[in-house]
Amino acid sequence: MSDRIREKLNILADAAKYDVSCSSSGGTRKNDNKGIGDSHTSGICHTYTEDGRCVSLLKILLTNHCIYDCLFCVSRKSNDIKRAAFTVDEVVDLTMNFYRRNYIEGLFLSSGIFKNADFTMERLLLVCKKLRLEQRYNGYIHLKTIPGASDELIKEAGLYADRMSINLEMPTEAGLKLLAPEKSHADVIKPLGFVQQNIVQFAEDKKLIKHVPKFVPAGQSTQMVIGATPESDKDIMYTANAFYKNFSLKRVYYSGYVPISNDSRMPILGTQPPLLRENRLYQTDWLMRFYGFKVQEILNDANPNLDVDIDPKLSWAIRNMQHFPVDINKADYKMILRIPGIGVMSAKKIVQARKFGRLRIDQLKKIGVAYNRAKHFITCADSPYQIKDYQGTQIKAFIMADSQSKYLKTDNNQLILF
Amino acid sequence: MIYTFDGSLTGLLTAVFEWFERKPGRTHLQLTGIFQPDAFTESFEVITNEEKADRVWKGLQKKLKKDWQRTFYCSYLSEIPEAYNHLFQFAIYIFKSEIGAAANYGNDHVIALSKYAKSVEREKHRMEAFIRFQKTGDGLFYTSIDPEFNVLPLISNHFKNRYADQQWIIYDLKRKYGLYYDLNAVEEVTIDFSDGAKSSNPSPALMDEKEELYAMLWKDYFKSANIVARKNTKLHLQHVPKRYWKYLTEKQLA
Repeated sequence: MSDRIREKLNILADAAKYDVSCSSSGGTRKNDNKGIGDSHTSGICHTYTEDGRCVSLLKILLTNHCIYDCLFCVSRKSNDIKRAAFTVDEVVDLTMNFYRRNYIEGLFLSSGIFKNADFTMERLLLVCKKLRLEQRYNGYIHLKTIPGASDELIKEAGLYADRMSINLEMPTEAGLKLLAPEKSHADVIKPLGFVQQNIVQFAEDKKLIKHVPKFVPAGQSTQMVIGATPESDKDIMYTANAFYKNFSLKRVYYSGYVPISNDSRMPILGTQPPLLRENRLYQTDWLMRFYGFKVQEILNDANPNLDVDIDPKLSWAIRNMQHFPVDINKADYKMILRIPGIGVMSAKKIVQARKFGRLRIDQLKKIGVAYNRAKHFITCADSPYQIKDYQGTQIKAFIMADSQSKYLKTDNNQLILF
Repeated sequence: MIYTFDGSLTGLLTAVFEWFERKPGRTHLQLTGIFQPDAFTESFEVITNEEKADRVWKGLQKKLKKDWQRTFYCSYLSEIPEAYNHLFQFAIYIFKSEIGAAANYGNDHVIALSKYAKSVEREKHRMEAFIRFQKTGDGLFYTSIDPEFNVLPLISNHFKNRYADQQWIIYDLKRKYGLYYDLNAVEEVTIDFSDGAKSSNPSPALMDEKEELYAMLWKDYFKSANIVARKNTKLHLQHVPKRYWKYLTEKQLA
C-alpha cells in the first residue's frame, strides 16, 4: 500500500513540477469554523528545492493520463512514460497530513485530461469539496481550470478554490499552433474571462448583500513557456501586459523551457534552460507591476529584447539620461522609484525621511539604497560636484566594472536558438 | 551617565521613566549583568517597576502607530544588547518629538530599530515556514526549535489560528520554554528534559504509527519537485541557510 502511494506521488509530483506557480498569497480564508487552516495573506514558502525554487504548495497532478499530445509537455499522449492516477481520497489524505505537519501552505491541483474536460474537472472539484466541507480545511487551494469544462463546473470550483489558473503555454498563437496544433489561445481566454466576470460579479454582490461566499479570492494567474518557440521578449511581455490588463491577473509566470523531447521543432535535450532570460522577464514584470513602468518604455521596436548584461531598470535609465540626475530631496516618489539602485522600500523611506531634513549620502546608505549604483543618477545634500557629464554608455561601463553578475558563469550556456 | 537594567521589557520602559524623572543628559543603557563600572562615568541601576513601565508604554502608544509599536516590541525580542540602548534612545527621541517622528529614517535609532525588527520578523517568518511537527501516538503535534531571537510570542497566534483542531507544542530549547495549545488556548510551558529524554526528537516508539510514512512521502515529494537541469545551490542556500536544516524533515537523510 505505502509503496504504491509513494510511486504515484513520485510520478504525479514529477509531472506537475513544470508548472512554476507556487504562490500561496492573497488567500483571505479565516479559520472561523474551528477547523484547520488559516490563510497567511503574504503566503509562506515552506521549503526550497535544490534548484532554488520555493515549495509552498503540494503541487501534483490528479493523473498524468492525457488525451492531448502537446509537444512541450511531459505528459503528452505519445510520450512513453509511466502513468498513474490518484483517487480523490488519496489527494485529500496527503493534503491534510502534510498540512497538519506544517510541510505545506496548501494544495496545487492540476491534471492531465482523461476522457474529457468535464470528467476531469468534476474530479478536481470533488477534491476541493471534500477538503472544504468534510475536513473543514481553510488552507490554500490553487486549482487548474480545465479548458473546455462547462461553465457550471468552473463556477462551482471557484467557490472552493483560492486561486484558479490556466496556462497560455506559448506567448503567441503561432507558437502554440506549432507545438500543440489541437490547442489555441481562445481555449484559454474563454474560461479566464468567465472566471474574471464571476469575480467581478461576486464583488458587486458583496457591496449589497452581507454574506456572499468567497469566489476565487486570490484571483487568477497564467504561465508561458519561454524559449521553446522563437518569440522576442517584446512579444512575450506585450502578451503578459495584455493579459494583466484584460483579465486582472494576479500573476503571469515565465517558465524557461527545460528540454524534454527530441522533436526537431524545439531545443534539443540537454540544452540549458534559459535562466537568465527568465530572470530578466520577471524583472520586467516587476517593473510593470510595482515600479510604474509601461511595457512600451522597456520593450519597443527599437529594443525588442532585454539586455543580457544589465537589468531592465538600469537599461531604461541609461537610455533615458535626460531624466537624470534626480534630486533625492525634491523629486516625486514615482521618479525616485525609477532610479537604479533604489527599490520600493527605500523609495518609501526616502520620501518620509526627507520631511525631517535634507538627506545625505550616509543616510541613503543606511536606508538601504545601493549607493554605488544609484550615485550616477542622483544628487543629494552632500553629493560631490560633478565636473564631467557622463554618457549613458560610460555609466554602464562604470557599473559593470564594479559589479559582478551572478550569471557570468552561466552566460555561455544561454540558449542560442535563432 | 550609564543606566543599567535587568533585561526585561518592563525594566527597559522603567529606565525611560527614570530618565525623564532625572534628566541626566546623555545616557547609555546597558544590561546589569554585563555592566563593568568605570571610574569616569556615573551609573544608575534601574529598579524595574510595573507602574512606571505601564505609563511609558501608554505614552508610546499615543505617540506611535501600531506598526511602530510592533517594531519596538520586535526589536526588544532580538535580545541584542546594543538594541536595548537603541530602544531606550528611540523612546526618548519619540517623547521629545512631535507625533510622526518615527518616520525619520535619517535618525540612527529609527534606522537601527527598523533593522532589528526586520531581522526578528524574518526569523519569525522562517519559524512559521520551517517548523515541522511530528505527530505522537496520543495525537499531539510536537516540535522543538532554537531560534536566533525570542520569537515564540510572535508566532503564537499564527499557529493557534491555523491548527485550531489539533493539540500542539512548540518548544524553544535555547530559552527553555514552549507553547502548548490544548484546543482552547495557548499557554507557556516548561519541560524537564533531565531524565534523559531526547528533546529534539521524541523517540520513534512514541510516534503515531503513520508518522514515518508521511515523513517519507514528504521527502519523496521534495525530491520529485526538484528540476535537476535548473540546479542552483547558491540560491537554495540563500533561501534555506544551513542552520535551519535541522528542522526540516526533507533535509534529513535517513
